[in-house]
Amino acid sequence: MFGAAGTGDTSGYGGLVRTTATPGSSQRPYGGYFDQVADDLERAYPDFADAIERVIVDRGELTLHIKRERLVEVALILRDKLKFEMSMGVSGVHYPEDKNRELHAVYHLLSVTNNQRIRLEVSVPDTDPHIPSLVEVWAGSNWNERETYDMFGIIFDGHPGLTRILMPDDWQGHPQRKDYALGGIGVEYKGAVTPPPSDRRSYK
Amino acid sequence: MSTYADPYASSRETTEGTVFSVTGGDWDSLVTEIGQAKEERVVVNMGPQHPSTHGVLRLVLELEGETVTEVRCGIGYLHTGIEKNIEFRNWTQATTFVTRMDYLSPLFNEAAYCLGVEKLLGITGDVPEKANVIRVMMMEFNRISSHMVALGTGALELGALSPMIFCFREREKVLDIFEFISGLRMNMAYIRPGGVAQDLPAGAVDKVLATVKDLRHSFKDNEKLLVGNSIWMKRTEGIGYLDLAGATTLGVTGPVIRATGLPLDLRKIQPYSGYENYNFDVVTADTCDVYGRFLIRVNELEQSLRIIEQCAEKLKSLEGAPVMVADKKIAWPAQLAIGADGMGNSLNHIREIMGTSMESLIHHFKLVTEGFRVPAGQVYSAVESPRGELGAHVVSDGGTRPYRVHFREPSFNNLQSTSAMCEGSMVADIIGAVASIDPVMGGVDR
Repeated sequence: MFGAAGTGDTSGYGGLVRTTATPGSSQRPYGGYFDQVADDLERAYPDFADAIERVIVDRGELTLHIKRERLVEVALILRDKLKFEMSMGVSGVHYPEDKNRELHAVYHLLSVTNNQRIRLEVSVPDTDPHIPSLVEVWAGSNWNERETYDMFGIIFDGHPGLTRILMPDDWQGHPQRKDYALGGIGVEYKGAVTPPPSDRRSYK
Repeated sequence: MSTYADPYASSRETTEGTVFSVTGGDWDSLVTEIGQAKEERVVVNMGPQHPSTHGVLRLVLELEGETVTEVRCGIGYLHTGIEKNIEFRNWTQATTFVTRMDYLSPLFNEAAYCLGVEKLLGITGDVPEKANVIRVMMMEFNRISSHMVALGTGALELGALSPMIFCFREREKVLDIFEFISGLRMNMAYIRPGGVAQDLPAGAVDKVLATVKDLRHSFKDNEKLLVGNSIWMKRTEGIGYLDLAGATTLGVTGPVIRATGLPLDLRKIQPYSGYENYNFDVVTADTCDVYGRFLIRVNELEQSLRIIEQCAEKLKSLEGAPVMVADKKIAWPAQLAIGADGMGNSLNHIREIMGTSMESLIHHFKLVTEGFRVPAGQVYSAVESPRGELGAHVVSDGGTRPYRVHFREPSFNNLQSTSAMCEGSMVADIIGAVASIDPVMGGVDR
């Protein structure tokens, strides 16, 4: 109608794709205490340039992308030299479009001494989902790593007992991955069916 | 071994040894049989259905006589997949899910999540002052209601019945306030990205102040039941010991780490929602035991009341101020009013969108069906919940739905310390130790 190409759908469901900008690497100065943290880490850890893939400062938070081989070394330096005494847990994120870096493990660290927070991010390919365990560094990572294994299938090498924690032991698949369907059933009311949430139309 | 079937404690042979299924009643035959066993070591499954494990928590205990040599927690019985579900809802709808995680502190769940979304949107500074004051007031009321359950059920589990009755009576007063202000007693979804769902009803400040006065009076009476009570102290002093080094490496926060003497309270060290504008003290203890954690909870009640009073004072001068960000592309268009059939959409709002303003209708429709878009990126926002640091790791891909939200639940991390606290203690002390962690299984399993 009115010469529109394609389906003429203006409702937003018609495939209008917006490009999104993900925050890229940051350049110095990072601002706040982040320069101090980066300087201290470089001084305490000579292989800084090799171990840290990217430094991202976004929305007032510092993220260090770390090569998985170097994770334990960096974590030990952060704990002992930079006083990041507490690990606030691990959370996994699955980015199926990020080829060869599909699975990300994100560690949130807190320094009580300096009142600082930083975030470590490690990305691994789906075909080789191994990350060294940090249980030896922060004992509290134990359950967090089990949860991330349970939900994403990331295998934490060196974990003392990497088993499922929330899902039943014999469960198939890892529920938080993007290729794992949410499931659910449609609900019928007066002849019309409301589909399960994963099958409803969504905006791009 | 057994030559006859005991209806209450039947036994069967497995590769692991003899397994008894105890269902209550007469345990004589069980005691006799275990007495005949060659091994001293007994593995006992406590929970998940057990009146004193604080929810559906399963504890696998290895006992030598009355001494616990190993404790393992089995969790996941209340796993509801909230983190997965909200990936299929829009950013605002997710508040109704997260409020159901830790069901004793719904407002903290909402606050952690909404602060994360606001940080991603870059509107943290645009949240109106009144919304921040209401958030703080509601959170502090929630801290009281949550501590009331922690203290009441904790005492109940150790055999003190009366505190439970009084604690639940006080909790009821707080729930009445929640109902008066948000319309709901639990799972309010009251804090929304950009502000709160609706303004305070008329007379709220007076009601709040009257409740504070009432609660302060009752707390003074209740304190006398347990603080310094010699039986209570015998059950709690030196029990469930966890020192600062252990708490730090295990990522334990909240009253458990404050009982080691460390004043770790995010309201003070990393204030959010305007907590820097209130006078209150961080309560600590230096005993590292169950009694210290109990005292911290008792004393935090008074600090919460102090904050609420300051909130009420601020609210007096904020009559009619907005409670949602001015940006109509984010502010949820919910306009609620009490009608003849209870609370529902305000008729004035319906009249406006249906009769007079087409743009309002479009905005309402777009926000409710599509929702708003959140710029891509990730943030971590943390609040001090009654149990410790409740963090939300919120990831957006630029769309109208959360890409991934992970909650750093204080119950989950604190519960890990059960083994460290209990191994080497008596069976009866496990109950006290777990009660002092105050895990809420809805939060642990999410």
